Amino acid sequence: MTQQFYVSPEQLMKDRADFARKGIARGRSVVVISCQDGIALVAENPSPSLHKIGEIYDKIAFAAVGKYNEFESLRQAGVRYADVRGYSYDREDVTARGLASVYAQSLGAVFTAEQKPFEVELAVAEVGPTPELDHLYRLTFDGSIADEHGFIVMGGQAERVSAVIAEGWRPSLRFAGAVRLATRGLASGPDPAAEQGEAGGTLPAKAVEVAVLDRQSETSRGFRRAFRRLNDSDITALLAEED
Amino acid sequence: MQETTANQVAGNATSSFTEHLQRDRPDLLPYNRDMPAAAAATAPLQVPHATTIVAMSYGGGVLMAGDRRATMGNVIASRHIEKVFPADRYSVLGIAGTAGIAIDLTRLFQVELEHYEKIEGTLLSLDGKANRLGAMIRGNLPMALQGLAVVPLFAGFDTTAGVGRLFSYDVTGGRYEEREHHTVGSGSVFARGALKKLWRPNLAEAEAVSVAVESLYDAADDDSATGGPDPVRQLWPVVYTVNRDGARRIPESELATVAGRIIEARSAERREA
Repeated sequence: MTQQFYVSPEQLMKDRADFARKGIARGRSVVVISCQDGIALVAENPSPSLHKIGEIYDKIAFAAVGKYNEFESLRQAGVRYADVRGYSYDREDVTARGLASVYAQSLGAVFTAEQKPFEVELAVAEVGPTPELDHLYRLTFDGSIADEHGFIVMGGQAERVSAVIAEGWRPSLRFAGAVRLATRGLASGPDPAAEQGEAGGTLPAKAVEVAVLDRQSETSRGFRRAFRRLNDSDITALLAEED
Repeated sequence: MQETTANQVAGNATSSFTEHLQRDRPDLLPYNRDMPAAAAATAPLQVPHATTIVAMSYGGGVLMAGDRRATMGNVIASRHIEKVFPADRYSVLGIAGTAGIAIDLTRLFQVELEHYEKIEGTLLSLDGKANRLGAMIRGNLPMALQGLAVVPLFAGFDTTAGVGRLFSYDVTGGRYEEREHHTVGSGSVFARGALKKLWRPNLAEAEAVSVAVESLYDAADDDSATGGPDPVRQLWPVVYTVNRDGARRIPESELATVAGRIIEARSAERREA
């Protein structure tokens, strides 16, 4: 019979947290920026079909970093939660706060009860009628939840990217400015030498995945669903646009 | 062991909202209610019934229109009811039959299509949408046997083939693709008669709208459960067109002009039928 060694709860939690943190830092970053036109979600992602950004409901989007299978199952669970809620009550009763708290509970339960914690970090964004009413929630692997203001940077070299975004972020940014700022931030992430070499270096449209939540989707496009994924030519056009 | 886990994951992976509800929240499905067996024996339940829907193809797409009346026996239950709905960006559906269940089925169908799109990242094919609607109608069969039937009409633009297509259904969920035009509901025979004379291939959109309104006018003329255009209350049929650019509701002002023109022409003729 093997002897079970005693491990203190503090040590156990710390080991799990370190494990999850390492997994998340290994990937590439995702940036979520609230601006005048709505919310822009930008991820460094060379794959055109394995998305890190997804639509949850009319005004709610999802962005994630970490292990694809883990955040994809969370995304699908979120879509199911939102659709069941909207179907049984009403469409306007689906809120980012409700969804974020369900995510927090499931991440927390997995962190303490399962063999291994989820190596993911999530952002839940809800676009409001004005920028002050936008909601950005950051959810980490242990189920903690933070209500962020302005922007969220997750995964990879998050601190370095975050510094660039914090410097350039203004509430008056349009989508073009926000996406340009995000790609500049993402480009600064992996290799600091490149950043110094050519200031303002950005990623090509092929290397990023961009989606937006339109603040005025009803009036501008006639859709209740604010989420819109941008293809390569949209991104190139947006990046070339003047502020 | 590993294989059973894989099977389990594959079995649980569904992109269908209806399947998800069936598994987790069967109480939310419109047709999964237990009805007392005695109910069937007594007189049929008095509930609002939605009536006539017409659909037709025109040059570039398909069009669907419905009158605004719901009846309960000999009583008009609603003058404002809407029975044609956008299902998603490229399809519309119209419903005839028990209004309460039909409206819930429509809501479920709308969520079903949106749910698939969000989970899979692509739109369901038009045939896929038509089959899902058929499965829902089949799910309602026990209720239909107790007199609470729902009969839809489905029209959409097939983005791969580049054509508008029409589908009709029976209460068992049987799906039939229609060419040219089709009608359902209590006034359908009269509307169909009118369409046979008024419809011709490759109508322009404005002409198609006029033909649809006129066929509903004829249905209302002979069927008491179908409502005609109502200039007193300013109520006009609900008309949707679907073409390459997606589904569009014809604005009230346009319908008022079209209906006004038809009423005027019929008054000028001073004829009995």
